[in-house]
Order: sequence, then structure tokens, then C-alpha cells
Amino acid sequence: MENIQSILADPKQVDHIVQMIYFVILAIFVGIEVIGGVPSILHTPLMSGANAIHGVVIVGAIYVMLNSDPENYVSLALGFLAVLLGTLNVVGGFVVTDRMLEMFKKK
Amino acid sequence: MQSHLLSIIYLIGSVSFIMGMKMMGNAKTARKGNLVGAAGMTLAIVGTIVLHEGEVSPVIYGLILLAILIGTIVGWMTAKKVQMTKMPELVSIFNGMGGACAALISLIEFNHTKHTTHIMEVVEHIIPSDGIAPGTFFCILAGLIIGSISFSGSIIAFLKLNGTLDKPVRLPKYNIINTIFLIAIVAFAAYLFKVETPTLVYALFAMSLLYGVMFVLPIGGADMPVVISLLNSFTGVAAAFGGFLYGNYVMLTGGILVGSAGTLLTIVMCEAMNRPLFNVIFGAFGGGAASAEGTSEKGTIKDISVADTATLMNYSKRVVIVPGYGLAVAQAQHVIHELEMILEERGVEVKYAIHPVAGRMPGHMNVLLAESNVDYGKLVEMDDINPEFPNTDVVLVVGANDVVNPAAKTDPSSPIYGMPILDVENAKHIIINKRSMNAGYAGIDNLLFYNPKNSMLFGDAKKVLTELVAELKTM
Repeated sequence: MENIQSILADPKQVDHIVQMIYFVILAIFVGIEVIGGVPSILHTPLMSGANAIHGVVIVGAIYVMLNSDPENYVSLALGFLAVLLGTLNVVGGFVVTDRMLEMFKKK
Repeated sequence: MQSHLLSIIYLIGSVSFIMGMKMMGNAKTARKGNLVGAAGMTLAIVGTIVLHEGEVSPVIYGLILLAILIGTIVGWMTAKKVQMTKMPELVSIFNGMGGACAALISLIEFNHTKHTTHIMEVVEHIIPSDGIAPGTFFCILAGLIIGSISFSGSIIAFLKLNGTLDKPVRLPKYNIINTIFLIAIVAFAAYLFKVETPTLVYALFAMSLLYGVMFVLPIGGADMPVVISLLNSFTGVAAAFGGFLYGNYVMLTGGILVGSAGTLLTIVMCEAMNRPLFNVIFGAFGGGAASAEGTSEKGTIKDISVADTATLMNYSKRVVIVPGYGLAVAQAQHVIHELEMILEERGVEVKYAIHPVAGRMPGHMNVLLAESNVDYGKLVEMDDINPEFPNTDVVLVVGANDVVNPAAKTDPSSPIYGMPILDVENAKHIIINKRSMNAGYAGIDNLLFYNPKNSMLFGDAKKVLTELVAELKTM
């Protein structure tokens, strides 16, 4: 717990943490704002679109890979799998959402 | 220099996610919005790879590109090929992949922090301190737990939707067991803060996976859309923890955006079904199958032939079609459009009554009917069509069950009690097409079948409707 104390003792770090909290709170409200008043027929495509967007976690997976030790095979294997699954989430998510929305556009 | 450029790319990515989501909330701009989000995502991914600073072995670059290549091909093909009826399953599976991705990142980072000092470089730009920040650990463990729950939960939701697991499985007192189990996971995670045994993290991983299974298993199939939406926001939160871990703003924006929007969407969906989220998770559906057995005096069931149905419809003024998931499963959405057109030619007014949760997700039925070119104006939402039923001559219910079950209004012991339904019993005639007398998705009996105004038209939806269209043509 001396770790926490050392962080709190450093004003720069406290500033950083407070900034992060600001960011999180504002982002939460943006998320709520963005969904407000959406007609129920768009719920499914919207859920699917949101599903694709959280695929951004792939950026973290790529980051892990880039920082991996090329000798650490466990790490590489897990990282490879993470990037693969993340890509599935992103590509599959956006493509299936596009397919859904394509149908709405016909009329 | 490169890292500044990357920051700007992440900023553009973040803004594109917000804009994309906003545009997706409007039918006119929805498709463009999705593409805006996809463009931002592509930019963020390419930027992360190309603008990375420091020495990276070509093997690693190769592996990353290979993983992306495989993922793109498989993801693209699956998303393109799968039938629209299977769409909810697909969303569920893709969501699970994202959760698994978040969990794997945490697993790797946990090992890094425990084995080497690598993490220090990573967190340097978040919290430039000499030790491993407790915040870092917290993010790793939170990402692991939430991501794993989202992954295994999504897989169970997928299996439930595709019918492999069709009955809710409930341990006795499952709510208490699950709650205790969740507390145990949190306690174990707290314990991991202290100990230096990296292998224990796999135990936490396993526990979280198991919790995801136990969390979704008891929930009834009819509530799956809500569960998927909830798990969707879980994955968002897991991604956001990844963002904290690396001080990566595009992950933070994307994750939090989906986390909060997804939670709100979940609540809105629950409202559409008039089922508080708490009941969905902690199961007011509990003991559902048993309670419906109790109501005895059911009356008798009348059959109707295709020829009689055709005659009845031919001489009606107003017909309302209530499409359900069964229609989609039988791939009968095109035939029903044909039926609608032939009736319209004869001067019969035809409308579709769309229950908010018709299909497997809100709006799913609209997508399916839009696919077969049904005019958008003919799809009438529940609140608008309900007052019209008393003036309707024939209601044709195809493959729907729970959304027309009067027990939702009359039987407080029914698991779907309180859910708004389509008041089809106010119409002059009801014709229900079903394959057999099996109960609906929620696993409960429907007293509407025994209503004196009701006739059952048994058979596969596509086959029966094709016959009906042929019969009408001869008239």
C-alpha cells in the first residue's frame, strides 16, 4: 500500500488520475447522450454497431504483441490469439451491422 | 514525433466512434455512421502498428499481420454468409471474441508484471513511478474478470439462441450461489494483489469463465437479447480497462462509450418488454415452466384448413399479420410478402403488427421483413396497432407465441406477466400458424390457442403460406 501513498504524494500523478476521472465521466455522458431517443427498430443495428466498436480492444492486443519478448512463446501465442479474436470482433461486427443497415436503406 | 502523430490518430478514432454511434441512431444516416466507425477503427489499428516506436522483431510483425489477416477473412465471410435470422447469435459470438481478447491481454500483462519489469515501460506514460502501480494491477485483474465473464457468457447466450441449450438450467438457490461466487472472485482477485504466484491468475481466469456460464445459464431464452446487450456493455468496460492500462485514449473512448451506451440500451430494451433488469438477471422467470402447468380448464383447440383460411381472408376487409421468429426460421418472410400482395390486390387491407421484441432482438423482425421488400409503412408498432384489432377481421399469427399470450395480462403467476402484448384476441378471427403444439420460446403455454375465436393452422410456415397463396390465386 506504500505504492498508493507514493502516488498520492506526487501532485503530477494525482493530476493525471483526476484527469482520467474527468475523461471517464464525460465519456459516460457522451455514451448516454448518443443513445438517447433512438427508435426501437434501430436497437438491434445499434447494439451490433456498439459491439463492433468495443472491438477497439484489439489495439491493446497489438500493443501487447509489439512489446512482447520474441522468446516468450506463451506470451506470443496468447497475443496472437488475442489479435485474431479482436479482429473477428471488429471485422465481423462492422460487416454484419452494415448488412443489417443495408436493408433499412432500401426504402 | 511519431507518438504525437499516434495521439492525433487516436483522437480522430475516438471522435469517429462518437460520431458513428450518433449517426447510427437515425435511420437515414445509420449506414454511414457504421462506416465512419469502421474507418476510425481501421485508422487506429493501422496507426498502432505503423507508428510503433522501438525495436520489434519481424517475427512479431508477421504474427500480428497473420492474425489480422485470418481474423478479417473469417470474420468477413461469417458476417456475410450467415442468414439474417441467425444475426443475434452472430452478434453474441463476436461480442464473446472481444471479451476473450480483453481477457487474454490481461493474462499476458499479468505474466509480464510478475516475471519481468516490462510493464514499467508500458505504464511509464500513465503513472511514471518506480514500482508497479496498484492501479495497473487493478486494471489487469478487472479486465481479466470482466472480459472472461463476457466471453463465456456470450458463448452460453449463443448456444441458447441457436437452440443447443433450450431450457434454462437452474441450480437450487442459484441467485445466492452466483452472488457468493462473484464475491469469491473479487476476494480472490484482491488476494492476487499480494501473492507472487503467477499461476494463480489462471485460476482467476477459470473462475471468471465459470461465473459467466453460471450467470447466463439460468436466464430464459426470451431474455437473451437483454443478456447480449448487457454482455456487450461488459466487453466495452473490459476494453476501457485496457485503455486505462496503457493510457490509450482510443480504447478508453470506445470502451466507455459502448459500456455506457450498452447499459442504457439494455435498460431501454427491458422497458420495451416491461421487465426490470433486476428480474432478468435474478430471474422473476424463475420456475416459469412449472407455474403455467397449473391453469387447467383450457377448453378445446380448433383446427382450420388452408382452404378455409383462404376463403376467410379473401372475404375480409382488414387483415393483420403477426410475424414471429418462427416465420423467420421457416424462411417464410418472402412468401408472407406474396400473401400480403395478393390480398391487397383483392382489396384487403393488410398490415404487420410488430411487437418490440418480435424475432430475437428489438427491431430484428423489421430487418427480416425489410429483407423481403415489405413496405416500411406496413410495419406497425405495437402501441399503434393495438387499438386497431377490434376492427380487424382476421389476425394471422405466424410463428409467434409469447408476444400474443394473454397470460401476460391475466395470469400474475406467468413468467411473462407484465410484458406488453399484441391484443389479438380483440379481432374477429384469429388464425395461428404453428408447427406443433409446443410451447413458445419462454417455455410457457398459451391460452389464446383455446380461445373460441381462434383456429389453429398447423404446419411449417413456409409450406402452409405457399399453399395459402396458391389457394387464394384460384379464387
